[in-house]
Amino acid sequence: MRERLARSRPVQGACGKTGSWRVFRPVVDREKCNACGLCAMYCPDGAIDEDLNVDLDFCKGCGICANECPKKAIAMEREEK
Amino acid sequence: MTEIPKEEYVLKCTSACAGCSSSLILRYVLKAAGPDTVLVIPACCTSVIQGIYPNTAMNVPIYNVAFAAAAACASGMSEAFQSAGKKTNVIVYAGDGGTVDIGIQALSGAFERKTDFLYICYDNEAYGNTGMQRSGSTPIGARTTTTPGGKTHSKKDLDGIVAAHDPPYMATACSAYPQDLFKKVQKALSIRGPKFLHILAPCPPGWRYSSEKTIEMGKLAVKSGMWILYEREYGKVTINGPSKAAMIKPVPVEDYISVQGRFKGISKEALESLKSQAERNAKRLSLEEKGIC
Repeated sequence: MRERLARSRPVQGACGKTGSWRVFRPVVDREKCNACGLCAMYCPDGAIDEDLNVDLDFCKGCGICANECPKKAIAMEREEK
Repeated sequence: MTEIPKEEYVLKCTSACAGCSSSLILRYVLKAAGPDTVLVIPACCTSVIQGIYPNTAMNVPIYNVAFAAAAACASGMSEAFQSAGKKTNVIVYAGDGGTVDIGIQALSGAFERKTDFLYICYDNEAYGNTGMQRSGSTPIGARTTTTPGGKTHSKKDLDGIVAAHDPPYMATACSAYPQDLFKKVQKALSIRGPKFLHILAPCPPGWRYSSEKTIEMGKLAVKSGMWILYEREYGKVTINGPSKAAMIKPVPVEDYISVQGRFKGISKEALESLKSQAERNAKRLSLEEKGIC
């Protein structure tokens, strides 16, 4: 159906799967993690959910979570191509 | 601690650069504003990162307008909502170029008319999406693509200009303190009339530091006194906790400067000017807080 107005609709992945941009992947060490939630709070893209799982489809690998983790429970590992 | 809602209004994922402060700020602005919100976005990074037609990553209505027209457009929108009896929040989300340089006359007009809206300026201190050209907000000594030898003029005092319009509420915030930012947006939206928020948004490609340091950079800006967190409510200034601590025991400005590629090879005079400006600002604000000036 054609619309009279050019309107964009909100969808997940509007800019594609940005996870493909990643060079370094965050790997969470659950032993060290104390579930403070700072990583989820500071993630610019909201790619970390309430249970602190990283959505690797969309994580751009900026590394803010690893840098801000007070327990140093997140390591950035190079993506294998 | 205030409870921050879990709902996300910025859907995964915008096409913002990795480590972008703007999308972090937008997440918290929209969490605080809720679903009954309209964003007015002039040309800036956000008009690019929201996605490509026919898709958008933002789960609230967005109105994209020309650079100079954001506040004027929001004025009309706010009036229209009022006469329709709706309480929708009208928020302008503009970059520093769209506020400090190009959009300033519309901003001034809207504040003079006492339009009921919130103007947010996220300040990455250059024209980010066109490739880091100098803006009125770029600090002295910073290298941009149009000032390869370092900018020779100081940063425009936007907060001073806005304060001269005597708005009921204005505040500064920083992306590194999202809870503080959340509270300020909530407070601003509870007040009627023109509100202004000036948010420092460290920019990894523009400021030339690696993307994981975005939060660190924001914290350093506040701790070194280069960015002061305060609120001005009906003319009464309150300096917020992190900046109060920074005024008592500041981190050297060099710590903030040396980690950014844009300040590489900054001249002594420019550095002195940056420092004295920061000191002057801190002094003026603490005097205003005490009610002396």
